[in-house]
Amino acid sequence: MTSLLEARGITKHFGGIKALNDITFRVKPGQIKAIIGPNGAGKTTLFNCISGVLKADKGEIRLNGESIVKLPPHRRAAAGISRTFQNVAIFPEMTVLENVLVGRHCRSKCEMLKAGFRTMSMRREEKDIEDKGWSFLEFVGLEEQADKLASELPLGDQRMLEIARALATEPKIVLLDEPAGGLNTKETERLAELIHQIRNSGVTVLLVEHDMNLVMDISDEILVINFGKKLAEGDPKSVKENPDVINAYLGEDIDFSDL
Amino acid sequence: MGCEKKKILTLVSFLVIFPVLVNYIPAISNYLEVMIFAGIFCLVTIGLSLLMGYAGQISLGHAAFLGIGAYSSGIITAKFGLSPWIGIAAGIAISSCIAVVVGIPSLKLKGHYLAMATLGFGEIVFIVFNEEVNLTGGPSGFADIPYLHVGSFEFSSELTYYILVWAVVLMGLFFALNLIHSRVGRAWRAIHGNEMAAEAMGVPTSRYKLKIFVLSSIYASVAGSLYTHYICFLNPSSFDLFWSIKFVMMVIVGGMSSVWGAIIGTILLTYLGNEWLSAFKHFDVLVYGIILLLITMFLPGGIVSLPRILRSKRTNSR
Repeated sequence: MTSLLEARGITKHFGGIKALNDITFRVKPGQIKAIIGPNGAGKTTLFNCISGVLKADKGEIRLNGESIVKLPPHRRAAAGISRTFQNVAIFPEMTVLENVLVGRHCRSKCEMLKAGFRTMSMRREEKDIEDKGWSFLEFVGLEEQADKLASELPLGDQRMLEIARALATEPKIVLLDEPAGGLNTKETERLAELIHQIRNSGVTVLLVEHDMNLVMDISDEILVINFGKKLAEGDPKSVKENPDVINAYLGEDIDFSDL
Repeated sequence: MGCEKKKILTLVSFLVIFPVLVNYIPAISNYLEVMIFAGIFCLVTIGLSLLMGYAGQISLGHAAFLGIGAYSSGIITAKFGLSPWIGIAAGIAISSCIAVVVGIPSLKLKGHYLAMATLGFGEIVFIVFNEEVNLTGGPSGFADIPYLHVGSFEFSSELTYYILVWAVVLMGLFFALNLIHSRVGRAWRAIHGNEMAAEAMGVPTSRYKLKIFVLSSIYASVAGSLYTHYICFLNPSSFDLFWSIKFVMMVIVGGMSSVWGAIIGTILLTYLGNEWLSAFKHFDVLVYGIILLLITMFLPGGIVSLPRILRSKRTNSR
């Protein structure tokens, strides 16, 4: 089967530390795939390399077979990769609706002169941006908060807002960085439902998450990394039973016969 | 956009009614002259407000762009005898080219570092104005700059110039407001809010920062041309660091969160500088310092944030 996103041999150093070491994996279209691993394993670094926030030292990243490794982040967004951030990165001084409208930036094109003179084509485009923005707000259920400042929302809603903003770019694949971080049980249930809805709308989902129940529940496939290296990959059941994974999470296997 | 229309209407009626009231209120007896200067400075601060308040970048060198516009107009009309409109166009062209060259490296910097870089740029331009004696007349400057004219009509009286300047300001304001309420303005505010997230949403952040830097330099350059053709005399002292700081101050005192703040702050501080502070003589800098200190301590959102603060106080006390 062809893959939507393909990463091959991704390596990233920070000074002397190898944050990512030769990571290779694929995401199939329509999948929900999770990346897990202990703290400091390199999950967010991997996300940053895929979305372009960081430049990988080595390796190849392909979206639909086309190399995107040389593109800056904004071009990757236009190519169809969108993301959320581990520490919610909303625009605090803008309203909830305006936050989502920014997500439409890469799908609209009126530049300074047209915007400054408010030409007909610009007004038409603005109307379209706003309509689409509302539809994504409704998708995550924030339409009633539209005029509030984004900074006034509780954390759970801010995470939803970030997802709406990411979806507004109409991505092929959306990267969710710890979407359940700081959410309560009820909110997490809603999130699981939302992630399914995102997949059903035709957007592939790649997520980093610490909430194991959520990961095991929603993922089609899981990639486990530890100390920047790929440890295991497969469906939730096989990953759960993999001895290397159990070791990584429970600590080193100690051979008691030596004592 | 609806509430903006009301504000524009208020401003326009204010501009129309005040020249009539002048004769009855002694405190604003120099209304026309002061408001011509205020209008010219408003053009600078509208651009600066887009740059600072919306896109979140700072410039401590905007007096340089004012100067480039002023000297382009002055030199082209007084020394080469060409039409003042060519001077204005040349000022815009030169300013935007310089803004691109200065902006590309310096906009990679953030916060204090960007402030220092633009401050250095302003000083360089100021030195050029002083030292290029053949072209600029050096520290003593040059005079005999003609008035602006359309055909045989000359903008030589204060009233006609007042109308011209504020018509240009209103056009500039209109353009700025349209930008603010568009994807371009939202992209600038997104950069201000979180540059990394803006980039991830598809905003080419470095290009957008450069665009607003160039646009604000054009606003300042047009203001410089209008300044030249009003006082008909040029020397470098109006384009030094103190003026760059004053422009930033006008934006901050009025309130960075909106272009209306820039307009209020500019009118207020121009009145202070040209009229009300003359009693302090050279100590006026001290008064500016105190105002800036008080505003940043007690009213960090500037004058435009006053109504909101008062409203929330009233609802709290209930």
